[in-house]
Amino acid sequence: MEKSIRNRTILILIVVLVCIFGIIGFPSNFQRLKDNIADRIKLGLDLKGGTYLVLQVHVEDAVNTTSDLAVSRLRDDLRTRNIPYAEVRKTDATHILIKGIPQNRWEEVQALAQDQFPDWYVERVAGDPTARLMTLKTSEVATIKNDAYTEAMATIRRRVDALGITEPEIAEYGQGSYELVVELPGVSDPTRVKDIIQSTAMLELKIVRGGPYASKEEALASFGGVLPPDTELLPGTSDSGAPAWYLVDRIAAITGRDLSGAEPSQDANGRPDVNFTLTRAGASRFAEITQRNIGKQLAIILDNRVQSAPVIENQISDRGQIEGNFTTQQVADLALKLRSGALPASISYLQEQTVGPSLGADSIRHGVEACIIGFAAILLFMLVYYRGAGVNADVALILNLLILIAALAYFGGVLTLPGIAGVILTVGMGVDSNVLIFERIREELRMGKAAPAAVAGGFDHAFKTIIDTHVTTVAAAAILFTFGTGPVKGFAVTLTIGLVANLFTSVFVSRVIFDYVLSKRERGEALSV
Amino acid sequence: MEFFHNPQVDWMGKKKYFIVVSIVLLIAGIASMIVKHGLQYGIDFRGGTLVYVKFARNPDLDAIRHRLDQENLHRATLVRYDAESKHEIMIGLDLQTTASQNALDAGKQAIVKALTNLYGQGPAGKIDFNNAGAQVIADHLLVNDPLHLAGKGDDVAQNTYSRLAQAMVDYRNTPPREGLIASFNELSAVPGVTNQVISDLEKDFYLSQFSVFNTQIVGPKVGAKLRQQALYVVLAGLAAMLVYVWFRFELIFGVAAVIATFHDVIITLGIFSLLNKEITLTVIAAFLTLIGYSMNDTIVTFDRIRENMHLNKRENFRDLVNRSINQVLSRTILTSGLTFIAVLALFLFGGEVIHGFSLVLVVGVVIGTYSSFAIASPLVLYWEDRARATAYGGGGLKKAVAPPSAPPPAGKDRRTKREPAGVRR
Repeated sequence: MEKSIRNRTILILIVVLVCIFGIIGFPSNFQRLKDNIADRIKLGLDLKGGTYLVLQVHVEDAVNTTSDLAVSRLRDDLRTRNIPYAEVRKTDATHILIKGIPQNRWEEVQALAQDQFPDWYVERVAGDPTARLMTLKTSEVATIKNDAYTEAMATIRRRVDALGITEPEIAEYGQGSYELVVELPGVSDPTRVKDIIQSTAMLELKIVRGGPYASKEEALASFGGVLPPDTELLPGTSDSGAPAWYLVDRIAAITGRDLSGAEPSQDANGRPDVNFTLTRAGASRFAEITQRNIGKQLAIILDNRVQSAPVIENQISDRGQIEGNFTTQQVADLALKLRSGALPASISYLQEQTVGPSLGADSIRHGVEACIIGFAAILLFMLVYYRGAGVNADVALILNLLILIAALAYFGGVLTLPGIAGVILTVGMGVDSNVLIFERIREELRMGKAAPAAVAGGFDHAFKTIIDTHVTTVAAAAILFTFGTGPVKGFAVTLTIGLVANLFTSVFVSRVIFDYVLSKRERGEALSV
Repeated sequence: MEFFHNPQVDWMGKKKYFIVVSIVLLIAGIASMIVKHGLQYGIDFRGGTLVYVKFARNPDLDAIRHRLDQENLHRATLVRYDAESKHEIMIGLDLQTTASQNALDAGKQAIVKALTNLYGQGPAGKIDFNNAGAQVIADHLLVNDPLHLAGKGDDVAQNTYSRLAQAMVDYRNTPPREGLIASFNELSAVPGVTNQVISDLEKDFYLSQFSVFNTQIVGPKVGAKLRQQALYVVLAGLAAMLVYVWFRFELIFGVAAVIATFHDVIITLGIFSLLNKEITLTVIAAFLTLIGYSMNDTIVTFDRIRENMHLNKRENFRDLVNRSINQVLSRTILTSGLTFIAVLALFLFGGEVIHGFSLVLVVGVVIGTYSSFAIASPLVLYWEDRARATAYGGGGLKKAVAPPSAPPPAGKDRRTKREPAGVRR
């Protein structure tokens, strides 16, 4: 009996030490102690202050980009094979209509489609024997959307990391609706971050075919109302600062994917600009294109807006500059965005919450205060009502709290304000187990059983009920954890850990203490409960 | 010390009183909900914009409202937040205004702009100290170097200024200042801040009269989804509890427990409606906890009833139920009392942010305990009485044994399997 008590006590002491170590580590002084605690206990946004964003990734954009590309590739392919056509155009995001192919060339077109466009179905169009409809396969659509979503998440993560925010969180949100949640601790003014996350940052370099024109109408007029094939009009600003429109190639010579780096720097006049470098493949393509087009202008386009259009003076291979009316902050941000890659789809914000640091500190203060008062009141009550056994319950409760906090530190669980409430609730509900056992022991004693038998009877009978009550609450917490957002999740976590720890402390630890008291007791002496 | 020494209350005899009390509470709550056209939803369910602003001096609500109108924010709500002395207000824009803007935070930006116009813009080029983060302050100190640390090596200056900036920000954020200081001289209370530091700060920073300490903007899509999710969560919780209790006990116990818990939820919702409190996501979490707690309590009572059924097969069921409740009374009142102390501490000292959450728990603990003996047990008793009356000898709870006073009619004897061999005739 003695040995079993000693072994069990040693186990409990080990648990206590492991917990204490988990919370405070090996501090060398008081300041280090506070630092260690601050490091190990992760605080949620509502306690630390910070920004919480839910954003929508518009994956349809990526599908549209794919079909746009398919249209231009199809036109190129038809032209290379000298197949005449009346029109090739998109009817919606996933459908392309081909019209006017002569009857004898349809087989060739079919073969071409199967060969070069394996992700598309080709079918006849009712009522028009010369037309065919190409439809993007649904499996391919799903793949494009999912890829765009994953890539967007990775790009945003790169951008947020580059901003130097400590411990940001970027994760999937909701089920299957292509939403993301971004948590930025410590950021109380999210304007700059939101801008950096949201901007597509698509860089394209295209040869200028005409311009600058003062307006779209003027540009159209100079071509007799119809733009030349494979060109488009893009807005920009002229040197004087007035709006100007440029006629550029539709297909870009260089895109953001060919970038190997981007750095903020200054141009010849000392104004801020961005220097970019190209990958080897990009550089060789760039060299060839600039060689062919010496004397023409090269439009540097950012998010479909012409930033500048310098004249190509000689062959450029691996670097370039983006100039414009930028501030130092803007070039730093732009370089960051280019380095992290373009977003494959546009982003819009669905929810934004910013908790200022003073509110966070306030919440911590209130929460801890309520915790201490509640805890103290319960500890006191147990002592008064159950006397000796009350000490037992109090020890179990303190240990319970210790294990709970240590578990948070070890598992990296996040403490939120509802989480602190969960701690208080754990204490209140956890003491229930002790009450169950003690009441049962009192009953057994009343029925006339001897102290050791009463204690055993108390623990045995109460155990099943303790399990029952814990299971229902933990089940509720599990549901909350699955469906809840940040603060609610924190509540579910502390409640669950607290109740599981309570099973250990109220059944195992209390029993050891009772056994110890029993072993020290004289025969016939009353048990203090 | 012991509160209840062998209580002998006739609980089931009082069930009429219990039903009356419950019906009164239920009607009051439901009437309130009907009159007020449903429940008041928090912003995470409603959608919209909420900006919480703290002012250095008592804000003039009318002037602010007027300025907001000028910014085309016509249906803004302005409410005082927390105590009068804290000069905090909550400015709300409804979902229509929020959703109609191009950007989600356009409403918030407009509010900040209106307030800046009203409370004076800072001099151009200066940064607002009251809304600045520690990093920005540290950067400026590093550049200006008021403590002349440049010569002592890179790291020393960086660390000192970082720590100093953080200390100043912490000082600013703690009560009674809570995010706003009125004059730079207040910072001299922070250790390490010299007059030189203060005059340096005055060069680069100004002090605004207000500070935004919390923002919540919820677009239409998120709001609708959360409402749906919240409903599913509560229903899922109730269903899970039902299944669990059915598994552990019998179906009638499960149904009685669920009805009792449902009763608790409706009454608590009613109180919320009467007191005009908002339902937010954390409040839903509290409701789920309430469900768990009420189930808890009911299970403990049912456990005892079942145990007594095994021990005393011949007892009148009504007496058995009474006795069971009396036996667990001490434990029930104590546990509820202790949990009540815990959540009361939360309610009184936990602060505004979780006020709704703690209210649900405070009410829920009381009602949850009450419903175990006032609603759940009478329901089981009622069912058992009816079952025994209508299917004589054959009905009733399988785990109980019906009174063996008359020989069971052949064919209807469903108890045959359960009876111990020795009793079989």
